[in-house]
Amino acid sequence: MDFFRPDSLAEALAAKAEHADAVPIAGGTDVMVELNFDHRRPAALLDLGRIVELHEHGRQDGKVRIGAAVPYARIIDELGRELPGLAMAARTVGSPQIRNRGSVGGNLGAASPAGDSHPALLAANAEVEIASIRGTRMVPVKDFYTGVKRNVLAPDELITAVHIAPATGAQQFSKVGTRNAMVIAVCAFGLALHPDQKRVGTGLGSAAPTPRPATKAEEFIATELDWESPKPLADSVLRRFGALVAEAASPIDDVRGSAAYRRHALAVLARRTLGWAWSEHLGGGRRACA
Amino acid sequence: MSAPARSPQVLDDKISGGIGASPQRPDGTLKVRGEFAYASDLWHENMVWGATLRSPHPHAGIRSIGIAKALAYPGVHAVLTHADVPGENAYGLKHQDTPVLAEDRVRYQGEPVALVAADHPEIARQALKLIEVDYEVWEPVTDMERAAHDETLPRLHENGNVVRHQRIVKGDPDARADVVVSGVYELGMQDQAFLGPEAGLAVPAEDGGVDLYLATQWLHVDQKQTAHALGLPVEKVRLTLSGVGGAFGGREDLSMQVHSCMLALHLGRPVKMSYNREESFFGHVHRHPARMYYEHGATKDGDLVYVKARMYFDGGAYASKTPVVVGNGTTLSVGPYNVPNAHIEGWGVYSNNPTCGAMRGLGAVQPTYAYESQMDKLATALGMDPAELRIRNAMSEGSTTVTGQVVDFPAPVAELVRRVRDMPLPPPNTDELGFPGGAANTTHGEGVVRGIGYGVTIKNIAYAEGLDDYSTARVRLQVIGGEPTALVHTAAAEVGQGLVTVQQQIARSELGVERITLHTSDTSVGDAGSSSASRQTYLTGGAVRNACLAVAERVYALAAERFGVEATNLSGGKVVAADGAVVADLAELLGEDVIEETREYHHRKTYPLDPETGQGNAHVQYGFSAHRAVVDVDTELGLVKVVQLDCAQDVGKAINPDAVLGQIHGGSAQGLGLAVMEEIQVTDGVVRNPSFTDYLIPTILDMPPMRVDILERPDPHAPYGVRGVGEPPTISATPAVANAIRAATGLELPRVPIKPEHLTGT
Ligand SMILES: Cc1cc2nc3c(=O)[nH]c(=O)nc-3n(C[C@H](O)[C@H](O)[C@H](O)COP(=O)(O)OP(=O)(O)OC[C@H]3O[C@@H](n4cnc5c(N)ncnc54)[C@H](O)[C@@H]3O)c2cc1C
Repeated sequence: MDFFRPDSLAEALAAKAEHADAVPIAGGTDVMVELNFDHRRPAALLDLGRIVELHEHGRQDGKVRIGAAVPYARIIDELGRELPGLAMAARTVGSPQIRNRGSVGGNLGAASPAGDSHPALLAANAEVEIASIRGTRMVPVKDFYTGVKRNVLAPDELITAVHIAPATGAQQFSKVGTRNAMVIAVCAFGLALHPDQKRVGTGLGSAAPTPRPATKAEEFIATELDWESPKPLADSVLRRFGALVAEAASPIDDVRGSAAYRRHALAVLARRTLGWAWSEHLGGGRRACA
Repeated sequence: MSAPARSPQVLDDKISGGIGASPQRPDGTLKVRGEFAYASDLWHENMVWGATLRSPHPHAGIRSIGIAKALAYPGVHAVLTHADVPGENAYGLKHQDTPVLAEDRVRYQGEPVALVAADHPEIARQALKLIEVDYEVWEPVTDMERAAHDETLPRLHENGNVVRHQRIVKGDPDARADVVVSGVYELGMQDQAFLGPEAGLAVPAEDGGVDLYLATQWLHVDQKQTAHALGLPVEKVRLTLSGVGGAFGGREDLSMQVHSCMLALHLGRPVKMSYNREESFFGHVHRHPARMYYEHGATKDGDLVYVKARMYFDGGAYASKTPVVVGNGTTLSVGPYNVPNAHIEGWGVYSNNPTCGAMRGLGAVQPTYAYESQMDKLATALGMDPAELRIRNAMSEGSTTVTGQVVDFPAPVAELVRRVRDMPLPPPNTDELGFPGGAANTTHGEGVVRGIGYGVTIKNIAYAEGLDDYSTARVRLQVIGGEPTALVHTAAAEVGQGLVTVQQQIARSELGVERITLHTSDTSVGDAGSSSASRQTYLTGGAVRNACLAVAERVYALAAERFGVEATNLSGGKVVAADGAVVADLAELLGEDVIEETREYHHRKTYPLDPETGQGNAHVQYGFSAHRAVVDVDTELGLVKVVQLDCAQDVGKAINPDAVLGQIHGGSAQGLGLAVMEEIQVTDGVVRNPSFTDYLIPTILDMPPMRVDILERPDPHAPYGVRGVGEPPTISATPAVANAIRAATGLELPRVPIKPEHLTGT
């Protein structure tokens, strides 16, 4: 097995163009597991560890740009105020060791339906920055996933960053697992209020072949919320929102849970998170724990 | 003999503290610093790596095994099949029904079929893929109840599919009662989930024998079975214990023992085998899943009148400890309660599910879950407090068990229940991480209800039903560097429980010597029995005491000879007379002399059960523990947070109070795991979650704080009055948590682990 360790993004893109079968490795928390279990025997590894641009975050065109390899621990510590939803999702990933290594770029690269960053990225309308020697393109995250553990990347492309507008309203993330920590999501839900756009963003995890938004639920709630003079939400509205989120899912039965449970739980999570976010919006609720 | 370069270490011999103290573990610092060498760290010059090809099918015939391609793979040294097993291709703890390597059929997914030795584990792994096995896939037998009764099913072994059937009849089996409750209870397959997977290193010896360094929990039973399969006399198969990363029963059956020795003898080279986590799930036995039908009858006042039970235990492909599970399961079937009338039947069966065998709480975990569920049901039917019902019916010293055995040692069951009942209750949760769902932000209190539940158990300690259960210890006393030093040598396996500390403590107290060195456990000393059945402090502790007493007798004889004084005691490095006067300084008295004695300790005789009535004095001792669990349940999401898990246990005498506490903490966590998350999921004989990604064990956020009350009511028949400690807390924790969840939700919940689906009806 070859091991490439480029010092710059340009070198990395050149290497990827030349060796399309080279597997990028950022934190390695997915890649190394696959190697250990003999699920994958790549011809080459492309280590992204030395590429400075991938390990930085900053502002670009009013959005937060997070380098693909920035670990979850830094997102929690440094971006909790601007991106509360993503920080909340990051906090539920694995254990401290995993959060010190694992990255959003890796989560996107793996494109597992159970990846925890996806619902938060979907709810916040993130864009994925993708580069190759042919140039750079931006892909809205909802168009990024193409199937179970598949995404839009061409063989010569790398994920370089995600771009997310700083939160203008309350955001929430909830994940169900059958243990109280260190667990893969049975299902997860991300929600973001966008008062500036008078809409609510959503994202479902572990509930379909790919992470996806609950579009009908978003449309429904957009018409129900009074952004000018916000009032508490009727329980019936919260429940309808929950039901629509559950309908957006097409879950399966597996070792982690039944499809019926996933649907049921998503409805509960959607109802609760909307309730929390909206009361925060009303000013009476608790701040998202950042 | 050449020894491995990385092998068991010399443990700390500079620790002090005798019986009743809690000295530091001699292996503690090494373990905490990550420097302790486990069996997976074994290494030898010139060694090669062994790997095992396992059946992908739970039930299949083998038409042929083609090894040519694998053998031709560069770096491969040997490929062996059943045809290469030198001795008899059969082993087993109770029945010799398990092939070392499958011959013409496989009976479970993961059954070993062939072995490879190669220069590197990765090469070995690739070579396994080149072995061509032609299987004829058969329908698996998977239902335990059908396996017991349905004669039309394929017979998996010569004598059919029932490994053991036991009936117990006490009093009037047709007794009637005012209040009757019944239920059907099921328990999923739990794994021991020890953190150090199976590993060993076999080194061929010049005498044609083999030296095997390994992680196990019973050296001598491994030795006997391995020698038999290798066709060697036992003295040519020598075993040395290496660092053991947990056991919990999962290391009682053979895994890589014969395999590594076969490869080593075949090649004349050291062979190491080390499983990874996934292989480990297939490489050891698990806890028997069970289905149990229970009926309890009581008077209006809450006195138990009768218990009727039928219980099925799925032993999987091979017998392993299934006979013992049926024995324990039926004899302990009514719990620590006075029950005048009983009719109990238990079946242990073969199936094509993974083999099940020893696990902490052997055969008691299943019925305890069922009868403690029944006790709560009965309390509800009677309108009685569940703790009160248990106290009312609690057995005590002098009680007669369901097998007619009179309990002739303390049995403070009622007091244990009172103690946990009276402990302070935790306040409502206010911590974000403290709600059900923990770190994942699923509730801020919505849907959360609290419940309290109890679980009480009785567990037989040590081996039963007529087995001559014993341990052996050799103790040598001599002066080293001017200081009297004792060397303690046993074959007992330190599996993490702290037996090394206990042995040192006993020798220190008995010999009055500070410096106690432990000889590595190996088969050059007599059998110590298994580190299971909560028996080692009792049995090996007893043997160390006996050996120390024999050594002391010789010291007294020496003192009598030199000084004409009768000494009776060794203390603080001095030889002391009955009146307290110092007779001699031990080091001076010993001079150049070396005193060595080897002694055994046998526990009181037990007897087999009557095959018809199940009556008999089957057990030597019982352990008792009671738990009270407090849980918060998110009823909408079906998530559970155990808020507090309190325990009271009688340990007879705490040789090492901190270690006792550790056993209770750890055991309780394991019991909690079974209640809410731990299960090997098996569908049609195929394991669906052989990894820690999906076989979940409790994390620190799942395991709540514990309040523990340790009672010490000495058993007059046991050394120092000790009572086995390790198993009971695992057993009573599960029903306590389950009952608390029932109390919170009002649901029946007849199966553990309890999953979100069960709580939400989805
Ligand atoms: C014990 C454990 C617990 C875990 N728990 C969770 C959890 O709770 N939630 C969760 O979501 N995940 C979890 N994971 C999975 C993993 O940690 C996450 O998916 C993480 O985000 C991966 O990031 P990484 O940087 O380690 O990725 P890597 O392992 O380095 O890469 C992952 C994939 O992405 C590709 N890749 C990486 N970077 C790029 C790039 N810049 N461009 C293109 N492709 C790229 C790689 O080739 C690979 O296919 C867990 C993993 C472990 C081992």
